[in-house]
Amino acid sequence: MELLRDTLRELRYYPSAVVGLIIIGLLALFSVYTVIAIPYEEAITLWRGGENVWYRLPRTAPPAWTNLFRTKKLPESLILDSREGKAQRSEKPLSDGKQITMNFEFDFQYDAFPDDLALYFYPSYDKKAPFVSVTWFTPDGRELRVTDVAVKRGGAFRFVQDEKLARRIRRKIGDYPANVALFLDPASVEDGGEPTPLKGTYRLEVVATTFEPDANVESELIVYGQVYGIAGTDHLRRDLKIALMWGAPVALAFGLLAAVGTTVTTMIIAAIGVWFGGIVDEIIQRVTEVNLMLPLLPILIMIGTFYSRSIWVILGATIVLSIFGAGIKTYRAIFLQVRESPYIEAAQAYGASDVRIIFRYLIPRILPVLIPNLVTLIPSFVFLEASLAVLGLGDPILPTWGKLIQDSLANGALYKGLYYWVLEPSALLMVTGLGFAMLGFTLDRIFNPRLREV
Amino acid sequence: MAEQALPVEQGVAAPAGESTLLRLAKYTVVRGVILFFTVIVGVYLTVLVANMGGYVDQIRRNEIREMVSIQVMNDPGLKSYTIEQKRQIIEERVRLEEKRLGLDRPFVVRSFFFLRNALTLQLGFAERMVSDTGSRQVRLIILERLPTTLLLFGTADLLLFFLSVFVALVLSRQYGSFWDRVFVALSPTSAAPGWFYGIFLILIFASWLRILPFGDLVDVPPPESRLLYALSVLKHMILPTMAIILSAIFISVYSWRTFFLIYSSEDYVELARAKGLSGRAIERRYILRPTLPTIITSFALMVIGLWTGAPIFETVFNWPGLGRTLFQAIGLFDIPVIVGSTVIFAYLLAITVFLLDIFYALVDPRVRIGGGGR
Repeated sequence: MELLRDTLRELRYYPSAVVGLIIIGLLALFSVYTVIAIPYEEAITLWRGGENVWYRLPRTAPPAWTNLFRTKKLPESLILDSREGKAQRSEKPLSDGKQITMNFEFDFQYDAFPDDLALYFYPSYDKKAPFVSVTWFTPDGRELRVTDVAVKRGGAFRFVQDEKLARRIRRKIGDYPANVALFLDPASVEDGGEPTPLKGTYRLEVVATTFEPDANVESELIVYGQVYGIAGTDHLRRDLKIALMWGAPVALAFGLLAAVGTTVTTMIIAAIGVWFGGIVDEIIQRVTEVNLMLPLLPILIMIGTFYSRSIWVILGATIVLSIFGAGIKTYRAIFLQVRESPYIEAAQAYGASDVRIIFRYLIPRILPVLIPNLVTLIPSFVFLEASLAVLGLGDPILPTWGKLIQDSLANGALYKGLYYWVLEPSALLMVTGLGFAMLGFTLDRIFNPRLREV
Repeated sequence: MAEQALPVEQGVAAPAGESTLLRLAKYTVVRGVILFFTVIVGVYLTVLVANMGGYVDQIRRNEIREMVSIQVMNDPGLKSYTIEQKRQIIEERVRLEEKRLGLDRPFVVRSFFFLRNALTLQLGFAERMVSDTGSRQVRLIILERLPTTLLLFGTADLLLFFLSVFVALVLSRQYGSFWDRVFVALSPTSAAPGWFYGIFLILIFASWLRILPFGDLVDVPPPESRLLYALSVLKHMILPTMAIILSAIFISVYSWRTFFLIYSSEDYVELARAKGLSGRAIERRYILRPTLPTIITSFALMVIGLWTGAPIFETVFNWPGLGRTLFQAIGLFDIPVIVGSTVIFAYLLAITVFLLDIFYALVDPRVRIGGGGR
C-alpha cells in the first residue's frame, strides 16, 4: 500500500505518466459506460442483426462530423416515420374504406446527392391490399409521379431500383439515377455542367386508398445520406459506434487479464526455480529457451483455426505460451541476488517453510521490476488480440476494434478511400496502447533509478 | 523488455591454456546443439497442435469415406452390384486409402514419423495448395516463398540495426537535446506492431498520395528486364521496410542510448578522455565494445518478435512470402503446409539466434577469453 501511495505521489512529476493515467482512466470509464448502456447480449444481437436491424442506415457512410471539414456538405441520413408523427397525416372516409394522405416534408441544404431513397409501407388489412400513389414535389414547384402500387405487408419501394420510375425520369428529367434526378437543380446541367442538388424544402406525398373499413396504412421515408452519426457505418449498414464502444472493454479485459496472468505466473515460476535450484531451475531454464523460440503467432493462429476462435480460449493459450517468456530471465537474475540476502538466511534459521519464504520474502522484492513490466505488457496483448482479428481469427461474436480493421481491409476501405473505417478503430487502439506504454515506461524509470539518472 | 537477456550460455567451461579458436568452436557447438534440441521440441509441439491430438485424422477419415462412397456409387462398372456388395467394396477401398495415407497406425507413432520427416524437410505433399510452378510438394511451395521473406525481413532488420546503433550513438552524445527528448517521448509508440504502422503507411502513401504501391512483390505485369524488375521490387519494399523500422526504432534507440550513457560515465571512459583520445575512438573502443553484447541480445529478441509477426505483416502487405503462405494454408486447412511453414519458421528463428550467438561470442570477451562464467 505504501509502495502504491509513494508511487502515485511521484508519478505526478512525470507528464507522460499523468497523460497515460488520464487515458487509462477515461478508457475504464468509457468501458463501464458501454457495458451498462449496451449490454453484452444486446451488443451481439445488434452487431449480428443484418439488414433487418440496420435497413434504415446508409452503407459505408463516414461520420457526420466529417462535414465540418468539407466545403461541399454531404447529406445526412433522414428517417421520417408517419407512425412517429413525422408526416402530416389526414384521413377522408370513402364508401367502403378511406383515403389517407401522408405528406413527408424535409429541408435539404447539402451540396451532394443522397445515396438512395426508400419508402417502407406498414399496411394493416384483411383481404384487399390498399392502393398507394406517391408523388414528389421539388422546392421550385415541379412534381413527379413516383409510383402507383398496391402495398402488401412488409412492402417497400426503393427509388433507385424501380424501372418504371427510371423510365419516367429519363423521359422527363434526363439520364440520371433516381437519387440524383429527384434532387437535381435543372439549371446546373443546362449548359453541360456538373449536376448539383437544389436546396430547399422537398415534399413526398403518399396518398393511400383502403378498401376495407378497418384497414390502415402507415409509411416510413428514408433518405439514405452519405454521412451518418458519430462513427459512420460499414458495408452492412451497421453503426460502427457499437463496435468502437465494445472494443474498449474487450481490449482492456484481454490486455489486463493476459498481462496479469502471464506476469504473476512467470514470477512465481522464476521464484520457485531460484529457490529450489538444481534440476528444477535447470528444467525451467530449458523450457524457457524452447518457449522463447516458438513462433507464438503461428501457434495461436493454428489454435484459432482448429479449436476455437472464442476470445477466452485464445486468451488462455496466450497466457500459457507467454508464461515461460523473456521475463523469467530477468526475474531470475534478481531473485538470485535476493536469495543471498542475510534476511533470507535468518528466515531459514527460524524455520520458515519454503512456501513462506517464496511468497513472503522473495516475491515482494521483485515488485519494482514486475509492475512496470506488467503495465508495459498490456499494450502488446491488446495489439495481439487485434492482430488475430485482422487475420480473420477474432472472436466470432464479439465486435472488437481488430475486427473493424479486418472488415475495413477485407472490403477494400483503403482502396476506396473510406479512411474513417480504418482510422477510427486504429486511433482507439493506438491511444489505448500509448496510455499503458507511457505509464509503464515512467514506472520503469521511477522503480529502476539507474535509468532515471541518465 | 529490451534489456532482458537472451539465453546465452556463459558458463561454458574453459580450462586455461585452451586456444581462443577452440573455445569459440566449443561454444558454437554447444549453442548449436541446444538450439537444435529447441527446434525439435518446437516442431513436435507444432505437429501436436496442428494434428489436434489426432482429431484432424478423424476429419480426414470422414473425408476419405465420403469420397470413396461417391466414387463407388457413381462407378458405372459397379452398377450391377447389390447395395451389400457395394458397401463391402467401399469398406475395402477406405481401408486401402487409409493405409496408403498411414492413418491406420496409432497417432503417437505417426507423430514421431511426422516429426522426423518435418525435421529433415521431407514435408510431403500439400493437400490443397499448389506452388506457382504447379507442384504440390510442400518443400517447393515453401522454398518458393522463402527468398521473398528473407529479402524483406533481412533488409529491414539490417537497416534497423545499423540505423538504431547510429542514432543511439548520436543521441547519447547529445543527452537532453531536442531530438533526444523526441525519441524518449516516442518510445512508447513501439508498443504497436509493424502491421499497424503498415496500415497507416499504406493509407498515406498508397491510398492518399498514390506514389507507392499498396502491396505485392512487383508490378503487374512484371517488367521484362532484370534491372527494371529489381527496381520494381525495391519500390514495393519501401513501405513494408518503413513499417518494420518505424515499429521498432524508437524503443531500440531509447534503450540502446541508455546503455551507451551508462557506459560512457564509467571511469575508464573518463580516463580515455583525459588521455586526449578523439571522441570517435572513445566511442568505438570504450563505449560500443562493452555494450555490443547487450545490444545484440536485445536485437535478437526484437528479430524474433519480427519473425513471429510475419504472417500478419505479409498478409497486410500482400507480400508473397512464407508468412502469408502459412496464413493461406491455415485458411485452406492444409496441414502439411502449416507444419512445413511453422518448421521453417522455427529453423529461421534458430538460425537467426545462432548467427547472433556467434557474433556475440566474437564481441564478448568473456566467451572469447574464457573467464567470467557465472
